[in-house]
Amino acid sequence: MTALIDRILGPRVAPDERARQTLRYGTPGFLLLTARILLLVSLFLPYWHMELQAPQYPDGLHMTAHLNALTGDVAEIDGLNHYIGMRSLYEAAELERTVGVFIMIAFVIMLEFAAYIHTRWSALLVAPVVLFPVVFLVDLHLWMRHFGLNLDPAAPLSNAVKPFVPTALGKGGIGQFVTIATPGAGLILAMIASLVLVAALYFHRRAYLPLVRQQRAKAETAVN
Amino acid sequence: MTHPASRMIVAGAIAVLASTTAGQTMRDVETVAKERGLTNADLVAAAKTYLPSGQKDEYLMFASGGHAGQIFVVGLPSMRLLRSIAVFTPEPWQGWGYGVGNSILEEGFPSGKSNLWGDTHHPALSETDGDYDGQFVFINDKINARVAVIDLRDWETKQIVKNPLTLSDHGGTFVTPNTEYIIEGGQYAVPWGSEYAPISEYKEQYKGSVTLWKFDRNRGRIDRDRSFAIELPPYWQDLSDAGKLASDGFFFMNSLNTELATGGIQDKKPPFEAGASMNATDFLHIIDWKKAERVFKAGQVEQIEDFPVITLKTALAEGLLHVTPEPRSPHGVDVAPKGDFIVVSGKLDPHVTIYSMQKIKNAIANKTFSGTDEYGVPILDFDSVVESRIEVGLGPLHTQFGPDGYAYTSLYLDSAVARWTLGGSYGSGTPEPDWTLVHKTPVHYNVGHIAAAEGDTVSPDGKYLVALNKWSVDRFYPTGPLLPQNLQLIDISEQGTAAPVIYDMAMGVGEPHYAQIVKADKLQPWTTYPQVGWDPHVQNINPMAPKPKMERVQRNDDGSVDIFMTAIRSHFNPEHVYLKQGDVVRWHITNTERAVDATHGFAVPVYNITASLEPGEAVTIEFVADTPGTFPFYCSEFCSALHLEMMGYLMVEPN
Repeated sequence: MTALIDRILGPRVAPDERARQTLRYGTPGFLLLTARILLLVSLFLPYWHMELQAPQYPDGLHMTAHLNALTGDVAEIDGLNHYIGMRSLYEAAELERTVGVFIMIAFVIMLEFAAYIHTRWSALLVAPVVLFPVVFLVDLHLWMRHFGLNLDPAAPLSNAVKPFVPTALGKGGIGQFVTIATPGAGLILAMIASLVLVAALYFHRRAYLPLVRQQRAKAETAVN
Repeated sequence: MTHPASRMIVAGAIAVLASTTAGQTMRDVETVAKERGLTNADLVAAAKTYLPSGQKDEYLMFASGGHAGQIFVVGLPSMRLLRSIAVFTPEPWQGWGYGVGNSILEEGFPSGKSNLWGDTHHPALSETDGDYDGQFVFINDKINARVAVIDLRDWETKQIVKNPLTLSDHGGTFVTPNTEYIIEGGQYAVPWGSEYAPISEYKEQYKGSVTLWKFDRNRGRIDRDRSFAIELPPYWQDLSDAGKLASDGFFFMNSLNTELATGGIQDKKPPFEAGASMNATDFLHIIDWKKAERVFKAGQVEQIEDFPVITLKTALAEGLLHVTPEPRSPHGVDVAPKGDFIVVSGKLDPHVTIYSMQKIKNAIANKTFSGTDEYGVPILDFDSVVESRIEVGLGPLHTQFGPDGYAYTSLYLDSAVARWTLGGSYGSGTPEPDWTLVHKTPVHYNVGHIAAAEGDTVSPDGKYLVALNKWSVDRFYPTGPLLPQNLQLIDISEQGTAAPVIYDMAMGVGEPHYAQIVKADKLQPWTTYPQVGWDPHVQNINPMAPKPKMERVQRNDDGSVDIFMTAIRSHFNPEHVYLKQGDVVRWHITNTERAVDATHGFAVPVYNITASLEPGEAVTIEFVADTPGTFPFYCSEFCSALHLEMMGYLMVEPN
């Protein structure tokens, strides 16, 4: 068991070696720490905005999604959506909003572990976090698609408005409304975190792969 | 770039660019002006008053509606009518008296009789330190002696109090500098409680009075239990104004018919118009309200008509009341911004008469009396209290003040507004000598009150003055024999003889008397009610207000029926309401909208019901379902594209 853990954790760096090559061994850890901070901060920031523009709403209607909440003019937008038979937005992504924060905390812990693991297993912990912004947007798109394509046929305007897929990012339109969906500061931080993590993996590989190879070579020599 | 030619090319390019981007040039303006016969002065007036779509007015004028019984709110300088506020008169757009506000209207019914109109005269904005604070506006009803309180968060009438002593008021409403009291002076003398007494007993039985209504700012209501009145001789008390700064603690009140004329033209006696104008002077009443408040609190009152009254006898014994001669048939009594001068204009005297507060105080202290009237009221010697008299023109009526030492007086007979200079410490503000007539601006026609921007506060703004003209004669397209009033906007921003009329506003919905003009940014109105389920009557959430998913028709043990309904674009819920003939019904409706302007109406045929439900508002409409039948009810505001479909059926099953 200990052997397995050791194999996963990979080679340790000797203190004098680490002191000699601070930058080489410090960079991956520093980048992982940066990503953790970015993700923690993103928890408190909006991930997604949707603005609806129409003549009778001179200030527009605004909706903001945090990882765990949907705020803004949601009731008003729901009120308008009922005309085309769209379900209440509060019913969308309920699970995601419930577990979002915990997933993010799990990510932070995974990155913490990733910093201690000096083998390719580290990449396995980092990869889901890297993919997170994409997963967020795909999930958002799927929900929009689901809501937009499943309109209540008994709604007041069901004859006038055919099922459609609202735009998850960028400009769209429905009726007299122009919709503008933009990523929030939180999502942008998560995207930056992804880039930082890719860089972290690169520097991780550069720092530890030679050590892993050295260890492997040493082990082979021992066996022979 | 230093070459002149290149500079010209650049300038030309900029000019072309500017003209093409704006789409219009000054030449286009000239073309339009020529086509329409507009002078340069007209174009300047237009430029001063025109507001492009979306731009907002700088000032709001709260004008009484006269016998329309309402308040009208007009934006300045655009002179656009922004709103009426229903007060004493039912108003279907606001639902006032047709389902909402009924209980408030009923509070004011005199002798329990249904009275569904009012004669609103003088609105008074609430004040803090003698300046408008934008929180409340009060208004009197001359015909039945009532005072109403309007909350300027939602611009809705919250309270109507009926004066228990008298049936007519004119000297209201005016507020003391911190809105401690709302002054309501009576007018035509009647016996207490307007009980029967033949006019031959006028001197003994008929009473004059002024009532000080205590205002409870936190509750936003007049507190009847802390209010009191002062008995006055049966002169016809007229306008009043509260002192401020130098005259704080006093208020002033005009009077007419100090002759105690009782008319009788049918018996060949002199009519009131002659009998009440016989003397050269009437009496300016000077009342020490702070002293009166102490007398009231000390319990030196009589309960008359179940209301505490400081009798004339007590008022004289305690030195609360003095009078001094004033030009006859007076209208305005107006306190200068620092409170040091009081300006009175009598319509039959071409002068404005200016009294000095310091001299009044001295005369009271030194008892410089020229005698007493026949009720024993001490008369301050006229010459000892007058500061100045200025001949301004014929029919002086009402005075307002500018920020720079100018005063403005309306001239009813001359159809003009006079600008004249104050003296004393104000004198340095104007280039002209003190106490002189500077200029007269003709107005059209028969100007009554005038209102200058914050022109009766401790810090007048100047800029704009509105003449509230009684006759428009030829100013507008004839609208049948009943012509609109003409509210003329005068630009008073420049000194000297420049004070041109820059806008004529036709007011075809009532006859505004007095108005006050407040800087718009002092008000903080709600654009929707703060929370869904709001009861405007208590300005709080009504826990019983219908909520979404809890709509129902509830039949109670006592046989009454409560209907809990919500309204949102574009449906009511429930849409089917079954009742039985004779049911006592309480119909509760909440507008659950949060969008600005998403107002719904609720209108029921036959039952004479219409309500306005502003976003978040909850109302309760009470009626007896005495007429059986099928009644389509609907939303009377064009709320949405499916507005016509926002309806339901009330079905009252016959017995």
